[in-house]
This record gives sequence, structure tokens and C-alpha cells, in this order.
Amino acid sequence: MSIATRADSAIPAESASPLTKRRPFGDRSFQVLALASGLLVLIILVLIAVSMTQQSTTWFTTAGWSGVFSTDWDPAHNAFGALPFIYGTLITAAIAIIIAFPVSIGISLLLTEVVPRRFSRPIVYVIDLLAVVPSVVWGLWGILVLAPWLQGIYQSIASGLTGVPVLSTFFGGTGISGASFFTAGLILAVMITPIVTSLSREVIATVPAIDREGAYALGATRWEMIRGAVWPHSQAGVVGAVLLGLGRAMGETIAAALVIGSSPTITTHLFSTGYSMPSVIANQFGEATVGEFRAALIGMGVLLFVITIIINLSARAIVDRSVRRTQGA
Amino acid sequence: MEQQDQQVTAKLQVPQTTTAPVTPETEANKVFDAKNLSIYYGSFRAVTDVSLSIYQNEITAFIGPSGCGKTTVLRTLNRMNDLIPSARVDGDVHYRGASLYHKDVSPTAVRRRIGMVFQKPNPFPKSIYENVAYGPRINGLRKKGHLDEIVERSLRQAALWDEVKDRLNKSGLGLSGGQAQRLCIARTLAVEPDVVLMDEPCSALDPIATGRIEDLMHEIKSQYTIVIVTHNMQQATRVSDRTAFFSVLRNEKPGASDTRTGVLVEYGATQQIFEDPHDSRTQAYVTGRIG
Amino acid sequence: MAIASEQQTVDLREPSGWRRTKNQIATVGMWIAFVVMLVPLGFVLVTVIGKGASAITWQFLTNSNIPINVLPVNYGGVGPAVIGTLEITGFAALMAIPLGVLGGVYINEYGGNHVLARIINFFADVMTGVPSIIMGLFIYTIWVLHFGYSGLAGAFALGCLMLPIVIRSTYEMLRLVPDSLREASYALGATKARVTVTVVLPAALGGIVSGALLAVARAAGETAPLIFTILTTQSLNSNLFSGANTALSTLIFQNATQPYTGAQARAWGSALTLIAIAFILMIVARLVTARFARYDH
Repeated sequence: MSIATRADSAIPAESASPLTKRRPFGDRSFQVLALASGLLVLIILVLIAVSMTQQSTTWFTTAGWSGVFSTDWDPAHNAFGALPFIYGTLITAAIAIIIAFPVSIGISLLLTEVVPRRFSRPIVYVIDLLAVVPSVVWGLWGILVLAPWLQGIYQSIASGLTGVPVLSTFFGGTGISGASFFTAGLILAVMITPIVTSLSREVIATVPAIDREGAYALGATRWEMIRGAVWPHSQAGVVGAVLLGLGRAMGETIAAALVIGSSPTITTHLFSTGYSMPSVIANQFGEATVGEFRAALIGMGVLLFVITIIINLSARAIVDRSVRRTQGA
Repeated sequence: MEQQDQQVTAKLQVPQTTTAPVTPETEANKVFDAKNLSIYYGSFRAVTDVSLSIYQNEITAFIGPSGCGKTTVLRTLNRMNDLIPSARVDGDVHYRGASLYHKDVSPTAVRRRIGMVFQKPNPFPKSIYENVAYGPRINGLRKKGHLDEIVERSLRQAALWDEVKDRLNKSGLGLSGGQAQRLCIARTLAVEPDVVLMDEPCSALDPIATGRIEDLMHEIKSQYTIVIVTHNMQQATRVSDRTAFFSVLRNEKPGASDTRTGVLVEYGATQQIFEDPHDSRTQAYVTGRIG
Repeated sequence: MAIASEQQTVDLREPSGWRRTKNQIATVGMWIAFVVMLVPLGFVLVTVIGKGASAITWQFLTNSNIPINVLPVNYGGVGPAVIGTLEITGFAALMAIPLGVLGGVYINEYGGNHVLARIINFFADVMTGVPSIIMGLFIYTIWVLHFGYSGLAGAFALGCLMLPIVIRSTYEMLRLVPDSLREASYALGATKARVTVTVVLPAALGGIVSGALLAVARAAGETAPLIFTILTTQSLNSNLFSGANTALSTLIFQNATQPYTGAQARAWGSALTLIAIAFILMIVARLVTARFARYDH
């Protein structure tokens, strides 16, 4: 079957044109370019895992698993136990999310339920302002202004709590420092609030209006409506938002590095100095020129990478599923 | 189109009367020829066994209740169904003797000859000028003077020139519904296609705007071949020379749904379809008993 | 909001007692949350502006020598750091923005429902959460160990940071472009690349530019990716491609722990400069979003 159109008698022969044309080179190469750019993401992620693991094998092989997870960190004597830093990372992230969670939820609910649409803009701008302050500026302010000021406050709390059973394990103790686990957790809380807020808003906004109206129509107050209609729907998604915040808090480096106190100790006293994985990497990398020291720091980077990837994967999966569920139903 | 600015096909001049289709039903005058056309979306058969021919310089209307495949068949004529990944075509559609779905045929080349106007006006977020100039530009036309000519000519053909000639640089989004649709028509005409397909072009417009577009169709008929899908039977009687009535398979009830298979029930001169329908379903529809 | 309606009772007043109080407490709680967020923000801004403004002079910003820490703030300036920040962030943007936009184009325009597109989309999102220190370490292991410290290495690290952010924001913007525009373009005989470049991207341009600017603002403030890649210098190195370099963020980091008032003053001044840069970018991004007409009328 011919694919050329039949020439009409009034048309000169040259312009009887076929309907064929090979796919233009520009069209195909644009597609390839776009694909390659997308693949770059996967390539980079794989390369990160591979190259950093490679550089840290010395640590794993020399120290062995017991060495890696020991509590003894003493580079001068070839002890590279990472446990104090893992502990510090987890503790500060926990403090951060415990503080940030109610604040973020409160703000999200404020924006979605309380404040009328046109007035929500300024509040969102303020949140964005919070997000755009660089980490190092938070750290600078933290170590030069906040920590000294908090030192006195911590001291009073600690002495006031001497002898009180549960609270003094956390908020008591003797080595009180402005630069401590708690201060780091505090600053991390401030830094992760914007992202937890925005993600929670995203989740809460998918709750169908009919559910809200249904609760109101039954005579519920706003708070009762939130508990009855909004919360059940957005519960799972908010969990995802919290996880995401947790991941962020764990990876946030510079602010924590400046205010955490830089001392690898494992203690329940939150007002004492401590250390975390990203902080030690940032602070000590300059001195770790060769060998196992550097491998240990890079190895902790690998640990951090793996942990944050897992947390982010789960968080995204949870949020996506929750959003799909509310909208699909 | 070739990278030149000359017309690809010449337009036949056919003597006009207003009562019956005037184009003789010869092979030479067939623009489209569909034989046993079935269209699938995945495994779902949307349209089955459609055979009809569209003739030069006529306005052919596809009518019928919702969900019976009129738009699907229309979009097959310019390979717009290709944009849906699961769409598949069975049977044959010929365009002036060439097989439209032959594996070597380029959909882009097809669409340059067979244009389409959509149900909801969709001007680009560009200036009015740029909207109309878009088609010629992507066909390689760059000379400003020439583009100006084409833009003016197309806007005149679409009966929009007088209203916008002083604000060609304003955004196309600022036009009223009827104006925007005429802009889209001008945009389609700017590439000088052979055929203009229209998918319910007036359904989003008020009666006055609708009337203007119907007048437009009559005016450009002598230069183009038009196929229009319409829900409005009166419109079909007003504008079309031939009418194709679609419905769903005999043992199904028509109605808006996407699980029914569409079928061509009857096709003929518009006068005949409305005044003397041969099929009982056609009669039921055109007299308003169903649909 | 829907209106609460009472069922066939005479009493139409607000629910009384405990229910009402709970509601009020909740509302007050939400406002308190907002204020709690405002406090540190206000605090830090006031401090930075207060302590930084006194350090900022033309000489501070442009002098090409960063003095040693003991010297007070009116000696020398932080010019090299300013230039470093601008150059390194600029180059990172040059790499990451085109690649990021193309990546977003792939996912939304070409990817469709393909598994690969969904995987890339998912992992681009995951990648936005990878700590910036990892990017620094990564470029250290893969580039610096072979080619040495340089502003270029820093740009790579910042680029890795920006890439997934630009991809995701481009993707979100492209999603919003209505399909009817694409259809109109196809119907005129455009190829897919043409449709994307001449209709879709222009329609989403405002959002894409705004997203890119926000990514740049984020990158400009980053420290961790740079401490492993650019080392630090005291004097100007305008060659991006070889030799150690410096930036405002790393300068602040170094000076934050110094006991000398001069060094600390330089840190505050640099902090104010950095915040100003980030804010300006953010404001421009907002203006761009507001100015570009929406495509749905």
C-alpha cells in the first residue's frame, strides 16, 4: 500500500508529498538528553554508596564489628568506636522531633483550619523565612548567643532537680554546658519545623471537605472536628512527616557541630556535652589525614547515608500511601 | 509540511447548493475512507466496525448520544489517539489513498495536514499573534513579513481580525470564550491544513458565539474539508452536508459510560438522516425519544 | 467553613463548659505554636543584623585579604569569601539547573507510567533528604582525592545538592500545565520535543525559575559540602578550577569557634551578608511566581 498521498490534478507534481518523515534527530536527542539527566540521580546515589564504602573499608576491616560499635573513641590510640556518635545522633534527633512535632502540627492546623486563606500567606512567608536561614548562621548564633544564655538556665534546672528520680537523669547531672545535647536538639528542632510543617499541611489538606463539613454539621466544635475528621485521615501521613523531620535532624551537620559540645560521651544527662556523627565528621575531618581515622569518619558518613535513606524511603512511602488512600476513597 | 511556505494541496472549487451534499461520491473526492475501523483502549473495544467516507469540501457531522465513540473516531483521523498509550486501531483508514496507520507514516506529518479544534478553547499562554504564528513557525517559517501576512489572513478567515487587530500583542488568555475559540480556529487555519476536525467546538460557548462559528464554517467550507462532532442536532442540520449517527451496540443501552462499544448506525446526507432515517435507532434519536 | 447547626433544641448558644474551653485551649495552643516558631527566628535575625551591621563596610565586602584571626574587624575584609560563594554557587547552579529541568521534563513528559520514571521520581525525592555532608564526602572521595581541592569540587558538591531539588520542583510545575495545551500543540503538527520546549516549558517557566532560585538560595548557605572540597584560603583565588578556595559559609564556620573578637565580628558580618543573599534570592523567587501570569484563566 502506497503511503504517498495521491497527487491532485491541480497540484504540481513536486508538492505531492509523502506522509513519511523519519523521526527528526532533534526530537530523539532531546528525549535521550532528558532521560540521561533523570538517570543522573540514580547514578549519583549508587556512586555515593560505592565510593564512600570503598574509602571506609579500612575502618571496618581493621576495627572489626566490635571495634566499630565500641564506645571507645580515641584517635590518638587507634580506637575508633562509633557508638557515642550514633547515640548522640539519635538523642539529638529525638529531642528535635519531640519539640518540633507539636509546634509543626500546631502551625499546620492553624493554617488549614483556623486562618482564612488570604491571611495564611504571611504565615507561610514566615515559615519560608525560617527555612532559608543557613545552617551555619543558626550554629553561629547558637554557640555565641544561645549556649551561653542557656548555660545559666540549665544550671538552675539541674540544681533544682537534684534528687528528683526520673527527671534528674535527663535534666540533672554535674557537667552542665550550654553547648550540649539539648541545645543541639533545640536548634535542630527550629530547623526541621518548616519541613515537618509543610509536609503535614500537604497531608492534612487532602482530607476531603465533606468529612470536615460532616463533623461540623453534627454540631462539633473545631477542635472536635479536628480530632474526629481530620486526625484519623491524616494520622499516617503525619507519621511520615515526622519521620522525614527525624531524618533531616539526623543529617543536619553544621548547626549541631557548633553547639553540641564536641565530646564523645554517652550519657542520659541532656545538658552535658556530647557528639554526633555529622558533627564529628565536620569537626575532625581536617585532622584526619590518612588511614583508619579518615576511613572511620567516612564510614560514619556511610552509616549516616544508609540511615537517612531508609528513613526517607519509609517516610515517603508512608506519606504517599496516606495521601493516595484519602484521595482514592 | 515541507520547509517551504507554499500550500501542500490545492483546494478544489466545487459548485455549491445548500440543500444536499454536492460533492459527487467519487473516489477522487474521497478525503477519508474508513473500512471496518475498530478502536481499542487496551482490551476495551471503544468503537467497532466503522466504515464511512468523508468527501472533499463538505461538512460532515458525527452525532449521537454520549459515550458512543464519536470523538474517538474523530481523533483517529489525525492520529491524536496515538497520545494515549493503550490505544490501538484495527481496520483501515485511508487519507487520500494513503494508509494513515501504515508503520512508516509520521503522525506529525499527518497532523500538519489534518488540523483539530477542541471542545474547550485552549489558546497558548502567549500573545494572540504568537498563538496564530505558532504553527507556521514550527514549520520553518521565520520571515517576519510573511508571518504577519499569515497571521492576518488566518484571523480574517476566523472572523476575529477586526476585534483583535489592535491588540495582537496581548495575551491570548484574555479573550472571551467565543473569541478564544475563534483564535484556536485561526491558529489551526494558519498552517493551511487540508482538513479541519472539530470536536464539539461550540459546546462551551453561548448561542451568539456558536452562531458566529457556524457562519465561519460555511465561509471556509470551500477551502477545507470539515468533520465536526456535535451533541446539538440542530447544529448538525444547520451546518452539515452529511451526517453520521453513532450509537452503542444493539444490546446495550446508550448513555454516558466508558464501558460501551460504539458503532456507526447510519450515514448519509443530512437531509435524509433527519427527514427520512432508515434505521429505527436513528429515528428515535433525531426525534428526541432517546439521547 | 460549614456552620454548626443545632438539632431541634431551643438553646442556640455556643456549646458550653468543658467542650468550649477545650476548643479555645486548642486554638490558643495553635497560635502559641506559631509564636514559638517566631521567637528563635526573630532572635536570630535581630542578633545577626545587630552584630553584623557594624562590621559591614564596602571594604569588608570587597577587600581581597582575609586577615588572621587575631586582627580586629577593620583590617582587611572577606572579599575572597564573597567571591567564592558567588562563583562556586553560580557554577553549581549552571550545572544543576539545566540538568534538573531536563530531569523533571523526563519524568513528567516522557516517563508516563514507566517504572523507570517512577523510580527516578521516587529517588529524586529521597535524594533531597540526603544530608549535605554526604555530598561533600562523596565529592571528596570521588574527585578531591584524585584532583585536589578546588572551587570546582565545591561546585560539584553543591550541584549534587541542588539537582534533586530542581528536578522535583520542575516536575511539580510541569504537572500543573494542562494537557489541553499539549494537545493543541500536537494537533498543529509539533513533535514531542517541540511541544515541550515551545509550549509546556514556557507555560511553567515562572514556577521553574522560582524553584531554581530557591535551590540556589539553599546552596549558597551550605557549609558541609564545602569543607571537604574547597579547603580554605585567606586570599583570593579567582580560579574556580584549581586550588583551594573559600566561601562565606565556611568562613563563618571557621570563625564561629574562635575566641578573638575580630574573628567573631567577621563571622557576624559574613552571616549578615549570607542571609542577605539568601533573602534576596527568595524574594526574587516570590516576585517571579507572582509576576508570571497563570495559564489557567
